[in-house]
Amino acid sequence: MTRPPSPLRALVRPAALSFLAMVASGLVILFGAPHLLDTFGLVQMTGFVAMAMFALSQGFIWGYGGVMSFGQAAFLGLGGYAYAVAVLNLGDSTLPVLLAIVVPMLFAGLLGYFMFYGRISDAYIGVITLTVSVILFQLVNTTSGSQYRIGEAELGGFNGIPAIPALNLPGDAGNPLDPEGIWYAAMGSLILVYVVLRAILASRFGRVVVAIRENETRAQLIGYDPRLYKLLAFMISAGIAGLGGCLFANWGGFISPTVFGLTMSAQVIIFVLVGGLGTLLGPILGAVLIQWLTIEAGAQSLIDSNLGLGAILVTFVLLIPQGLVPVARNLFLRLGTALIGRRMRAKPLGPAPGAALAGEVRR
Amino acid sequence: MSVSPAAKPLRPLLEAKGATMRFGGVTAVNAVDFVLGEVELRCLIGPNGAGKSTFFKMLTGQLTASAGRIHFRDTDITAAHPHEIARLGVGIKTQVPNVFNGLSVRENVFVAAGRKKSLARTRAIVEETLTRLKLTEIATRLVGQLAHGQRQWVEIATVLAQEPELILLDEPAAGMTKEEVERTAALIREINRTHAVIVVEHDMPFIRMIAKTVTVFNQGRILIEGDVDTVLSDARVRDVYLGKQAA
Repeated sequence: MTRPPSPLRALVRPAALSFLAMVASGLVILFGAPHLLDTFGLVQMTGFVAMAMFALSQGFIWGYGGVMSFGQAAFLGLGGYAYAVAVLNLGDSTLPVLLAIVVPMLFAGLLGYFMFYGRISDAYIGVITLTVSVILFQLVNTTSGSQYRIGEAELGGFNGIPAIPALNLPGDAGNPLDPEGIWYAAMGSLILVYVVLRAILASRFGRVVVAIRENETRAQLIGYDPRLYKLLAFMISAGIAGLGGCLFANWGGFISPTVFGLTMSAQVIIFVLVGGLGTLLGPILGAVLIQWLTIEAGAQSLIDSNLGLGAILVTFVLLIPQGLVPVARNLFLRLGTALIGRRMRAKPLGPAPGAALAGEVRR
Repeated sequence: MSVSPAAKPLRPLLEAKGATMRFGGVTAVNAVDFVLGEVELRCLIGPNGAGKSTFFKMLTGQLTASAGRIHFRDTDITAAHPHEIARLGVGIKTQVPNVFNGLSVRENVFVAAGRKKSLARTRAIVEETLTRLKLTEIATRLVGQLAHGQRQWVEIATVLAQEPELILLDEPAAGMTKEEVERTAALIREINRTHAVIVVEHDMPFIRMIAKTVTVFNQGRILIEGDVDTVLSDARVRDVYLGKQAA
């Protein structure tokens, strides 16, 4: 408290400011998009948002929990299927949405209990989660035929479940939402989940989760049980992925075993890497950017689109391994510090204010 | 102090009986009997590989003893998890600093102070600890960017912030400047007014600054235990460890 705070911090509290700016831009997009885009564009955006939700789940457990889940698609698929099966049976979508969150959470709870309490090392956690997602893929794939049904819902094997009823307002089962309504629901829940995750990370629980990522031994020696914290973080991330799956099922009105597939699990890792590991905005931006590029690349015939995406991934891993958001943020902070530093040249700057700020914002 | 009958409690704070740690064919700690009273200060010395750090790991649950029992007050902690032992009131600064590199100094101390405490209480402990260890000026710096000596202080701060009753310090003066070593010695004496402390250290001048009772480890066993001057002038101790520098 003896040293005056660094100049930039005296003007703004970066963490709070960036949070408010993020929520504000989210709201602008939420209410602006229906006015700017036609229905086709809006539906496309809804698909992006569903994947952004999925990416957020991976970004949370990997970037903050330090748990490398290589089969996050398992939870996306469980959420999507839980919603589809429940809504086909119940009609009203309220409970199915909750189930899309709770079913993956419980599944993650069971899986995570054996992984974390069984002292499985980090590398094997990647292998196990990957294997589980593949098993689920194969399992659901074999459910073709009318004997594989849960109540009214036929699982449909490789063909999946078509004509899934869309979301409706609670208690108003006869009136499914139109594409604009689905957009509001999807983007609204993305903003909500972002806010909830920020709150979790600012809470004591969230700080301990991050501390365990930084040094598990120290966390234990202070008196925290890393197994429990990792398990809870894993369950939260599974619930978010499940909600993403629910949005995904609503976006197309259709779900098939490909949601459990390796491609999904790999894609979400790319989203997070490109956007920036250890941030929440990064995975969202990465998901939107990569999907947009995929569509754009698919629309042209000059180069193979998969080749193009592969090139982008290699470029990122080699040249900007931290991802877009951290790079942009450091640039912004350095610029801000330089500008303010020039204005306050009379007063000496504290030691490396940029570094201190980076630490603050990182939460 | 350790000889005065008034200071001796009915039951020791920490007691190891026949504590043994085997790694394959190697016995790193061999049938060690060790007793520490309330608010006692004990120094552990001995050559490299004598089993001091292994013994610390057994006391904190990072290793589970192959044989023997370890008690903290009335609780058998032989097979307890590290977090369970920490909750009983044992804090340790490890030999290689274990800190949260990606967090700021203040956040490191906050996480340590905050377990099961109110936010106001936590904040008070954090500020008090930062001031006490003169870390306030670098409170917003990332710990990963600090010099080795400063990281040691941050780790000591996290240990103090968790408010343990027994504090284990594994080479607290390693890599510190002469001035820092003196500060560390003063701090340990201050902590010892209210807490029991066990210090593992190689630095002989440092041991002389703080020690009352010294336990010498050699090849996994306790070679000798007693008053600092007696121990350091013992011929066997000189032979195994000190060589001519203690003279």
